[in-house]
Amino acid sequence: MADIVPTAVDDIPSAEVAEVDLYHARSWWTKYVFSQDAKVIAVQYSCTAIAIGLVALVLSWLMRLQLGFPESFSFIDASDYYQFITMHGMIMVIYLLTALFLGGFGNYLIPLMVGARDMVFPYVNMLSFWVYLLAVAVLVASFFVPGGPTGAGWTLYPPQAILSGTPGSEYGIILMLVSLALFIIGFTMGGLNYVVTVLQARTRGMTLMRLPLTVWGIFVATILALLAFPALFVGCVMMIFDRVLGSSFFMPAIVEMGQQLSYGGGSPLLFQHLFWFFGHPEVYIVALPAFGIVSDLLSVHARRHIFGYRMMVWAIVIIGALSFVVWAHHMYVSGMNPWFGFFFATTTLIIAVPTALKVYNWALTLWRANIQFTLPMLFALGFIVTFVNGGITGLFLGNVVVDVPLSDTMFVVAHFHMVMGVAPILVIFGAIYHWYPLMTGRMLDEKMGQFHFWVTFVGAYTIFLPLHYLGLLGVPRRYFEMGETSFIPASAQDLNAFVTVVALIVGFAQIVFLFNLFRSLRHGKVAGRNPWKAASLEWQTDDVPPGHGNFGEHLPVVYRWAYDYSVPGAPDDFIPQNVPSNAVAENHAEAPSAADGIEAPRT
Amino acid sequence: MGDWSSDQRAFKNVPWGKAMMWIFLVSDTFIFSIFLLSYMTVRSSTTVAWPHPSEVFALSFGGEPIPLILIAIMTFILITSSGTMVLAVNYGYRKDRFRTAVLLLATAAFGAAFVGMQAFEWTKLIVEEGVRPWTNPMGAAQFGSTFFMITGFHGFHVSIGVLFLIILARKVWRGDYDRGQRGFFTSRKGNYEIIETMGLYWHFVDLVWVFIFAFFYLW
Ligand code: HEM
Ligand SMILES: [Cu+2]
Repeated sequence: MADIVPTAVDDIPSAEVAEVDLYHARSWWTKYVFSQDAKVIAVQYSCTAIAIGLVALVLSWLMRLQLGFPESFSFIDASDYYQFITMHGMIMVIYLLTALFLGGFGNYLIPLMVGARDMVFPYVNMLSFWVYLLAVAVLVASFFVPGGPTGAGWTLYPPQAILSGTPGSEYGIILMLVSLALFIIGFTMGGLNYVVTVLQARTRGMTLMRLPLTVWGIFVATILALLAFPALFVGCVMMIFDRVLGSSFFMPAIVEMGQQLSYGGGSPLLFQHLFWFFGHPEVYIVALPAFGIVSDLLSVHARRHIFGYRMMVWAIVIIGALSFVVWAHHMYVSGMNPWFGFFFATTTLIIAVPTALKVYNWALTLWRANIQFTLPMLFALGFIVTFVNGGITGLFLGNVVVDVPLSDTMFVVAHFHMVMGVAPILVIFGAIYHWYPLMTGRMLDEKMGQFHFWVTFVGAYTIFLPLHYLGLLGVPRRYFEMGETSFIPASAQDLNAFVTVVALIVGFAQIVFLFNLFRSLRHGKVAGRNPWKAASLEWQTDDVPPGHGNFGEHLPVVYRWAYDYSVPGAPDDFIPQNVPSNAVAENHAEAPSAADGIEAPRT
Repeated sequence: MGDWSSDQRAFKNVPWGKAMMWIFLVSDTFIFSIFLLSYMTVRSSTTVAWPHPSEVFALSFGGEPIPLILIAIMTFILITSSGTMVLAVNYGYRKDRFRTAVLLLATAAFGAAFVGMQAFEWTKLIVEEGVRPWTNPMGAAQFGSTFFMITGFHGFHVSIGVLFLIILARKVWRGDYDRGQRGFFTSRKGNYEIIETMGLYWHFVDLVWVFIFAFFYLW
């Protein structure tokens, strides 16, 4: 196999082009507010995403309260419940996870990991954040307009999304669609930057096959997003037309309250296709960065090279490509030609192959490794378990005959929360514990972290495992309350109440985490350089936390992949990517500065 | 493969701006393709007959309706503008400031003429024929809505292009790219490569028009 260590190649091509000069901010405003530095933009993205994510968290508590104790809360009525569901789902998937993984981690890690001083077009990158912020502002505004936010479900299916029976059909839906369109525009500006930076702005010696898997995950996810968001964008534009101008792209002839509406001749199924052509790749837009990051966390904290690096890269690429041909598995109950169902079920199950391969490789990375049970490692392990769990129920739902009875039950809710809710969130937590020392120079508090992990991990299982069971009983999804439903035993309600209590406890643990984030800024243990002894470039900067321009006077030169851990014969148990083989013998407890080795030309 | 995955740059000798434009255009291709696919879908889902394009898009000269005449002129103009754009790129690389600026302005003028004619066509449809996004006296309402949406989206692309062409022409004229003048917003030194990048965008917008033309006017 090609993956034996050490992998150093000492002859490094010389620089192909001179460095592009860097923009230097002069005033406080251009340094910290209208900043063009990817690291500052990353923090801005992350803070905004987490702030709006908290709204979604609070909405989930309200939903759970209603489900657990129906008829106890006079301030939640059925319309409110729909609005909560919709905003919770949409915020979690798009405004939190997508923005945090790509805008947050992408901005912070891509330039540092590929050895660049910044993104290729910092100005456009800055605009990306401000448009995102505008999108969030429009989204938040929809809570305050008459009629409130839309209650159409996060899938926004027409015709009901814009008909008067649906909450928020006056203004909420318009603001939702506008906000999504803005999000897509903002994302595109950032996404183009991420892709071009990875392709064209790597440092000397950094070949594509030496990129840390984190970069691969974010890179492929960004490409998916650039190709999948267009479908959502077009869908949004057409629905805005239908709602505001009264056109009938998605609207068939409809009689409402005995009145024939002026709509007619449109195709509601068209929207479903557009939505899921975006929606399924979206799952992987969230999952691929998580895959990448988790691979790096496992490798660093198990002091072992990632098993099957090339396979892992190709698996990411293949999963990304396949994710464009499975979308209609979300539409088995919408009515389609059985052959299509057959086709989409087959492609869906095929995706399981490269995905399973990744899981095996993670397991093999850990096999007989020197596992350190640090917080990032705990979260990474939590991810693997949760992801496998959600993946297996995905195999159930991918089959038409199994999906039809389970569709629109709590089983589906449990499935997607496992696979794209809890699993990526666990990776995000792990990644924050891992890179917080790089960003702030201080460690997060270990005790609070342990508490956070165990409550979140065990809690997430306690919340979502019962939901599988409720789904099998037939408890429907998106129901305000069940009332008296003959086929559902009354004990289901007790289970629901129990789940609600756990959900509140898990929510509380997140507050502890936030407190930890703030407290450790000033009171955390000083991290020092490279506290995890990681080999990838982001830890080899001159200053920690890295300053403007990321690296010192010279860009680092890369001699090896990012996974030289526990190399036999090396004095340390890791060899940073920028150490040539003739320097390995020296002591590297202090990471070498970028100027070690061959001089990089500079203009 | 080896070459792509080699260090520093996957595409050798491709400047950042050009790479970025290519990737943007791929994404934009998806947008336009999905617009056109949606158009085909609603055209087949609607229950009312689709109007005949050759009758709708006809202009009368001296009482004789000539089908598709306006659109033929518009298409011709847009394709001509691609020609002037190619020349502008060419002279740009030779740093011939005067010719480059003039050719950029000519391209912009063609583009503006195109948008102007489109505005004329819209006015005719709206005022004379009474077509609206929600109704269409000549048949399916989706005819109007798809037409306005897609040609509008394309016209928006052309207008943006015209704007940038004028800005570029001004910069070329002033010699910004010879002096390494820094951009007002980006504070980055520009160079003549930007004209080629602009050209990519412009040709793309042209190419998209050919498809819109085929699907709307010839089908
Ligand atoms: C503390 C964690 C969470 C809890 C307690 C929770 C709870 C819920 C509940 C009760 C529903 C509505 C079920 C129904 O009646 O149909 C729901 C829906 C949903 N949740 Fe979560 N959720 C959590 C985290 C997340 C995360 C991290 C994501 C990110 C992917 C997410 C995405 C969604 C989506 C997409 C829906 C579907 C909305 C719809 O049906 O339109 N949730 N969640
Ligand atoms: Cu899917």
